[in-house]
Amino acid sequence: MINYITVLLVLFPLLGSVIVAFIRGEQAKNIALGFSLIELAMAILAWTKFDYANPDSQFIYNQPWIESLGIHFKVGMDGISFLLVLLTTVLVPLIILSSFRKEFRKPHALYALILFMQTGLVGVFTSLDAFLFYVAWEAALIPIYFISAIWGGEDRIRVTFKFFVYTMFGSLFMLIGIIYLFIQTPGHSFDINQFYQVALDKGTQSWLFWCFFLAFAIKMPIFPFHTWQPDTYTSAPTVGTMLLSGIMLKMGIYGVMRWLLPVLPLGLMQWGQTALILSIIGVVYASIIAFTQKDIKRLIAYSSIAHVGLISAGIFALNVQGMQGAMIQMISHGINVVGLFFVVEIIFDRTKARESYLLGGIASKAPVLAATFLIILLGAVALPLTNGFVGEFLLLNSIYEYGVWYAIVAGLTIIFGAVYMLRMYGNVMFGKEGTASANFTDVIGAEKLVLYAICAMVIFFGFKPQYLLHISEASVNNLLEIIKLKMQ
Amino acid sequence: MSSIIIIAITAIVVLYLGLYKVKSALLPVSVLGLLGAAASLVCVWDKNISYFNDMLVFNNYAIAFSILLIATTILIFLLSGNYFEKISSNVAEYYTILLFALSGGVVMVSFQNMSMLFIGIEILSVSMYIMAGIKKTDSASNEAALKYFLMGSFATGILLFGIALIYGATGSFNLVQIAGKASEQPLLFYAGVIFMLIAMTFKVGVAPFHFWTPDVYQGAPTLVSSFMSTVVKTAGFAAFLRLFGSAFTSVPAIWTVTLVVMVVLTLLIGNITAAFQQNVKRMLAYSSISHAGYMLIAILLLGQASPNAILIYSVAYSIASVASFGVMVAVKEQKGSDDLSAFNGLGRTNPVLAFVMTVALCSLGGIPLTAGFFGKFYIFGVAIAANYTWLIAIAVLMAAVGIYYYFKVIIAMYLRESENSESIQLSLAYKFVLIFCIMITILLGIAPALITNIL
Repeated sequence: MINYITVLLVLFPLLGSVIVAFIRGEQAKNIALGFSLIELAMAILAWTKFDYANPDSQFIYNQPWIESLGIHFKVGMDGISFLLVLLTTVLVPLIILSSFRKEFRKPHALYALILFMQTGLVGVFTSLDAFLFYVAWEAALIPIYFISAIWGGEDRIRVTFKFFVYTMFGSLFMLIGIIYLFIQTPGHSFDINQFYQVALDKGTQSWLFWCFFLAFAIKMPIFPFHTWQPDTYTSAPTVGTMLLSGIMLKMGIYGVMRWLLPVLPLGLMQWGQTALILSIIGVVYASIIAFTQKDIKRLIAYSSIAHVGLISAGIFALNVQGMQGAMIQMISHGINVVGLFFVVEIIFDRTKARESYLLGGIASKAPVLAATFLIILLGAVALPLTNGFVGEFLLLNSIYEYGVWYAIVAGLTIIFGAVYMLRMYGNVMFGKEGTASANFTDVIGAEKLVLYAICAMVIFFGFKPQYLLHISEASVNNLLEIIKLKMQ
Repeated sequence: MSSIIIIAITAIVVLYLGLYKVKSALLPVSVLGLLGAAASLVCVWDKNISYFNDMLVFNNYAIAFSILLIATTILIFLLSGNYFEKISSNVAEYYTILLFALSGGVVMVSFQNMSMLFIGIEILSVSMYIMAGIKKTDSASNEAALKYFLMGSFATGILLFGIALIYGATGSFNLVQIAGKASEQPLLFYAGVIFMLIAMTFKVGVAPFHFWTPDVYQGAPTLVSSFMSTVVKTAGFAAFLRLFGSAFTSVPAIWTVTLVVMVVLTLLIGNITAAFQQNVKRMLAYSSISHAGYMLIAILLLGQASPNAILIYSVAYSIASVASFGVMVAVKEQKGSDDLSAFNGLGRTNPVLAFVMTVALCSLGGIPLTAGFFGKFYIFGVAIAANYTWLIAIAVLMAAVGIYYYFKVIIAMYLRESENSESIQLSLAYKFVLIFCIMITILLGIAPALITNIL
């Protein structure tokens, strides 16, 4: 059983999706939650058997899929993959639970799409075959498009369509890159190990770098490929925003670590600095714009661009702190941003307002919400002893090693980030009572459960980050060795 | 060979059935005849039989494409249950003419001799001229027929001219012998090749010889358009590849530049014009031009993988086209229009129809896990292997444009509301065809190996 755990993790949500699609009425969400919890249980089971010292992929499942093209259904997890699989399996039940109080049109379709997307996400994080990776990559995109477009807010059709065409465009370029590399592999195969063995000259790697980087940069998103993101995050339903920001943008970062860096190290040598500078520009740019936002959902969307820019800069700095910082920050950011968007949803649900000047004085009416919101927010601004701190510290440290000025610019921006987040908190929670928030009621039931769970994780991983860092340590070191070796 | 005979006899029988007013027997007899023809083809698989001094050779290539043509025709017939009766009282004519056209198509994919190529193309084309104008009182249909006929005749003349020149250069109509003597009279030979190239690209609707396509597709009855965009196009490409792949490979390919320009033009014109269409039928017509562009890439880069690439592309494209045209006919019947707005709210009123259309459009757009993805995947693979990366960059850009306009329909179906909420009632055969097409599309999207290795 344990040897098949990866393929089970990939395919189980698909089964759930098919079943949920046929269930009419209110039961759909309960059954979807059940499936996601069983999935979580399986991931925890895998955790108990996971070998921390082994840098290579574990629980590999390999079946020929299209033999004539060397395409295999090959999945497995090393430390890097496993952390992200954990993130996905933890967040999906929380996201489903967070939507329990809301009434959706056609709930069965929504929950079926969420579970289908989970298959795509876990597939992306575990694929050891480039073709499978591409298929999973698209399989994660299509459900989130429909979730955002069908259940989204105003102007959703235009906004989500832009998002869809934009990301599709990027991934088609990645497809070219994958096919090109496939033709260069010694054994004509899509296997990741074969891809690692391809040695191309500098010029070829340099354009291939952009084929892949475009797809990943659009997904994350990195400046200047981010223009779809704020609109999409704002107009998507909150479940969609959580999936997008909590898990899906990690696909781009993971893609860089798994495929871009080790396969195209010479391309990286040529363009790595450009990518790093773009990432840091993104940090600064998004923070400045976030500062001026009145809509709190939009503000968090921009702060998310800033965070992801820092993560990406840490990866392109190519050192252990950067990689490990990126890993733990991906987890923390996933947890925190889901929490933040959930709080926005709670507020919007009660007041129908997201503008900070319409809100205010909520803290006195809803102390539980105020307290949990504060904890999540402190995690997001990286206060020491919250989960955000370790990752941000490691990332800044790695950028410092790469270049002092980069670190100064990025570091100042992070402080700046704390200012606008706390200012937003002050406006919404304290201050004069807003027109929209006069009859505010505190959180109850499932809402409480989700908020407590997120706060628990924020504090726990703030005190004990090593639980996460250990998982990816061996694999990250191994990855860096491969890259350094190929760069010489 | 027996398949051509069976199809022709079926056509004549159906004609007589029409004469004796046995309307209810038309469809069953046609379908049975076609199934018989397909079965007779399956029996000679791997046998490589040639007929009449190598006029026709039924190798696996010919058989695979013939079966595809026959299967597509059966699906279209099953969709046409009541469709033709509403347009005209002479229903038998439809079945007969389409069957004759199909027999022409089978000749086109199995020819080994230029004269058979010409005969096949003419049988197919003349039938289609008639079909385009079959709505005798409708001016759009008449215009379509006239346009198609005039331009098609020109192309036929050019084709004959090309065949004559090649005959002059090599002294033979046989493909193998032509290949052997191709370099003896280069000037004459190459002139002939260019003429044939122009004629063939006209027949498959490649830019800059595509002008007839949108008008003819829109003017003709929808199911006839679907026949044109699937059977006629597949037969055309199969013949094109057979001609260039076996007769012209022994000499340097001086036509490469011409073909590259055509590919780029076709991709640009087809996709960009389609993106601006508000009428779904016309959009599909332009998108069919763009698909011709993708398939042309495989012919441009003649290689071992080309036949497979063309086969899987045509299968994916034909099946998805039949499904999307089928949905369009159903929608038009109820709403009286095939504009984009007619599809509004279909996802709510007819979830099954909307789902079928979604999968079909995803396949046409080349989204993974549908057959269309592998069609594009193979074509891209052929081109990248031949180091035509820049061409593929254009093709990929255009594929993104394709996704844009296909998704406009999907958006209309799921995200926009319609005024009337009546659902569309469909006959059992109609539902069967649509579901069957979707199942094949998804099946080939997951396991393309079922057909990729047979050639």
